[in-house]
Amino acid sequence: MKFGVVIFPGSNCDHDTFYVLRDIFKQDAIFLWHKEHDLKNVDCIILPGGFSYGDYLRSGSIAAFSPLMQEVKEFAFKGGLVLGICNGFQVLLELGLLPGAMLRNKNLKFLCQYVHLRVDNTDTPFTSTAKKGQVLRIPIAHYDGNYYSSPETIQEVKKNNQTVLRYSDARGRLSDEANVNGSLECIAGLINKSGNVMGMMPHPERASEALLGSEDGRIIFESLIKSLG
Amino acid sequence: MKVRILVSLKDSVLDPQGQTVRNALHTLGYESIKDVRQGKVFEIELEGVSQEEAAKVIPEISDKVLANPIIEKFSWQILEKG
Repeated sequence: MKFGVVIFPGSNCDHDTFYVLRDIFKQDAIFLWHKEHDLKNVDCIILPGGFSYGDYLRSGSIAAFSPLMQEVKEFAFKGGLVLGICNGFQVLLELGLLPGAMLRNKNLKFLCQYVHLRVDNTDTPFTSTAKKGQVLRIPIAHYDGNYYSSPETIQEVKKNNQTVLRYSDARGRLSDEANVNGSLECIAGLINKSGNVMGMMPHPERASEALLGSEDGRIIFESLIKSLG
Repeated sequence: MKVRILVSLKDSVLDPQGQTVRNALHTLGYESIKDVRQGKVFEIELEGVSQEEAAKVIPEISDKVLANPIIEKFSWQILEKG
C-alpha cells in the first residue's frame, strides 16, 4: 500500500498527514511535489490541508492548475482513490472532480474548533469501518468551508447518497447551530458519483492520536487501508 | 489593449461580505444604501491581439480561471484600445 501526499506551496498539513500514515499506521508514504508529472505508482493520493498559493484568487484554484493535478485527474478518472482534506477538498472542487464550490463561512470567521460529524454513508472506501449514523469528533480549521452548489446539483448529490459526512451535534442531530460554516445540507464530506474521490473539511490527521484529543479521524485512514488491502 | 474584468458572486448566491459592508454603512448613517455586492477587479493588458480576438480570449479566461462559474459571474470592458 503506497500513499502519496501532495505538496503545494502553502500546504501546511502535509507533514501531519505523512506522519499519521507512516508512523501511526505504518504505511508506505511518499511526498509528491506539485510540479511533478509522475505519481510514482501510489495507490492513493491525499491532498492535504493548508493554504495553497496563499488562497490567492479562490481557495484551491491555482493549485488545481498545477501539472501534478492533471495527473491526479487522470488517476481519479481511472478509479484511483483520492482524498482531499480541507484545502485539498477545495482543490478537488476547483478541479471539477467534486461538484459544487466553497463560499466564505456564514459568520465570516475563520473557524478553528472541534465539530461533530455524522457519517451518513458507510458504503465508501473512506468510511467503510464506521457505523452508519456514527458521530465523529474531528477539528476543522478553515475560512472557506461553506459548501454551495446549484439546486439541480444538490438534488443529484442527495439522490446518489454522496453526502458522506454532515455537521451535526454530539447526538447526530442536524441543526443550523451545528452547521457552523453554513454549508448547504450541512455537508462536511462529499464523495464523487463513482465513489473514489472524497473531499472533507475536517482534519482526520489532527484526530488520530489520543494525545491530541481525539482518535475519531483514524476511521478515515483505517477505511482507506482496508479498502486498499 | 487594456481590459477590466469584474467578477462577483451570482445574484442567487448569498454575499455575507457585501451584507456586512452594507450593515456598516447603515451604522454610519447611510440609510439609503439598499444593497452591497462585493467582487474582484482584474486589469489585464493584452499584446498583439485584435478586438475580436480579445472578445474571444477574455470570456474564455474569465470562465476558466478568473471566475468560478458555479458561484460567480463576470463582465468586462475595454479601458484602452491597443
